[in-house]
Amino acid sequence: MTKHVDHNKRLLLVAASMAAGGVAAAGAGTPFVMSLMPSERAKAAGAPVEVDIAAIEPGMMTVVEWQGKPVWIVRRTQAMLDLLAKHDDSLADPDSSIQQQPEYCHNAYRSIKPEILVVLGVCTHLGCSPTYRPEVAPPDLGDNWPGGWFCPCHGSRFDLAARVYKGVPAPTNLVVPPHKYLSDSRLLIGDDRKGKA
Amino acid sequence: MKPLKKLVDWIDYRFPIIDTIKEHATEYYAPKNFNFWYFFGGLALLALGIMILSGIFLAMSYKPDAQLAFGAVEYIMRDVQGGWLLRYIHSTGASMFFVVVYLHMFRGMMYGSYKEPRELLWVIGCVIYLALMAEAFMGYLLPWGQMSFWGAQVITNLFSTVPFIGSDLAILIRGDFVISEATLNRFFALHIAAIPLILVGIIFVHIVALHRVGSNNPDGIEIKKHKDANGHPLDGIPFHPYYTVKDSMGAVAFLFIFCAIIFFAPDMGGYFLEDNNFVPANPMKTPEHIAPVWYFTPYYAILRAVPPMFGSQFPGVVAMGIGNVIFFLLPWLDRGKVKSIRYRGPIYKVFLTLFVISFLGLGWLGTLPATPVYTWIARVLSIIYFAFFILMPWYTKIDKCKPEPDRVTFH
Repeated sequence: MTKHVDHNKRLLLVAASMAAGGVAAAGAGTPFVMSLMPSERAKAAGAPVEVDIAAIEPGMMTVVEWQGKPVWIVRRTQAMLDLLAKHDDSLADPDSSIQQQPEYCHNAYRSIKPEILVVLGVCTHLGCSPTYRPEVAPPDLGDNWPGGWFCPCHGSRFDLAARVYKGVPAPTNLVVPPHKYLSDSRLLIGDDRKGKA
Repeated sequence: MKPLKKLVDWIDYRFPIIDTIKEHATEYYAPKNFNFWYFFGGLALLALGIMILSGIFLAMSYKPDAQLAFGAVEYIMRDVQGGWLLRYIHSTGASMFFVVVYLHMFRGMMYGSYKEPRELLWVIGCVIYLALMAEAFMGYLLPWGQMSFWGAQVITNLFSTVPFIGSDLAILIRGDFVISEATLNRFFALHIAAIPLILVGIIFVHIVALHRVGSNNPDGIEIKKHKDANGHPLDGIPFHPYYTVKDSMGAVAFLFIFCAIIFFAPDMGGYFLEDNNFVPANPMKTPEHIAPVWYFTPYYAILRAVPPMFGSQFPGVVAMGIGNVIFFLLPWLDRGKVKSIRYRGPIYKVFLTLFVISFLGLGWLGTLPATPVYTWIARVLSIIYFAFFILMPWYTKIDKCKPEPDRVTFH
């Protein structure tokens, strides 16, 4: 038996077995990582939600749960709608040019019907749910407040079309979820395909 | 031979028990000039023990289920015999753990304990600090109150601001599209098993590294330079019995304060247990004012201070993250010739004072709602916070240090 050690061969064998072991480890790790992703049940929880909006009084907001998140439905008054165009200068994206809404809501009111706003009540900053503050010029929000939402977590402000103000932490307008009217007072949130729901 | 001696010999033949005790206790020499600031390492270890013990017993009555978790905590508080005490020990322990860890870290900064040859010891300590923050954050979700829910919502959303992979990363962390039962269950598993195991492991490594290089001391000089005929440092005393006895004294004082909080102010006026967390989690409504627990508020204030850039909140998240991990770099940022603040020049003393003010100030602002004035103060304090680290290579170099003594001194 020779005492000669072929170091190159040893190195190759070590590298080859480490590579094979690495592939095996990656494969064995797959179920662990997969188990961390949303389960089939969590994925299925995203079904559309049907809402009756007839009972919402003018100026009032109701909250429904869709995909575990709050969706706000507001019946805006004419006075509220009139105020919307008056503060474009202080908004970050007054024309909603960043696509935070379906195409059919890409208008001045960010809604299908001007008075009914449907918007995801999740701050685009870090996911808090802002507080509805419809009153005009309350003491804590200043004289220029035309009504809207104030996020208690980090102070982001949104107007009554859920458009974000400049100089606040939230970078973009709130998201308008896909939705459609099944009848005049019945709304389906989470599905906007034509025809049958 | 006496039976006990026989037993010890029997063990020692199979496990180096006598050598271990000698090397790490009775013949482990620590500097004899330790002062008040040297209590906090041992107290952190005590806090860890308290948390593990109380945590194990809480887990026996807790249910990691979105429908049951809040009620289980109330059940522990009202129906489990002694449960309220266990829970308050655990909740107070979390805050007290951070109190002693922050003081322990400040001690290191004050006396230059991160400098050569203790760089790795310091880095391991920084890893412990990060693991401890993860542990505290995940534990805070378990009561499933409003602050648990919305705090977790905000923190997991921090990850969603990462460009390109952000939203998938946040989903991977939560295990759902929102904070849900999947999140609660995995945080429970991580909080009671994974991270405690990691913590205990790296704390062990921290102590092994400490015993390799030996403790620093308030004079910042190496006691190993002067040894007696037996090779023991002249300025050192055996850890046991001298420091075990001294640390026991510290532990008594610590537990005195600890118990006072548990029995007289367990929620510490909303700082240790926040008022809103006594309301069950409601995914539809954020509380009027949310703030993290006090030990996270300095970083939270930094996060809020940074305005969005390029239509993204990511810069604020990065600033917060850097504020958190920048401690790792201290050994290489500091170019001062001496370790201890006693022999540093005036510039370092001013910077360290400003740093403490900024840290406490940010911590205070982080508990308050964001107003424009507070945001501006937070911005100024954030700049001071980072200036302490970023300018350190320059100001420590030009600073005029005093000569270090040859042997340790007492003040």
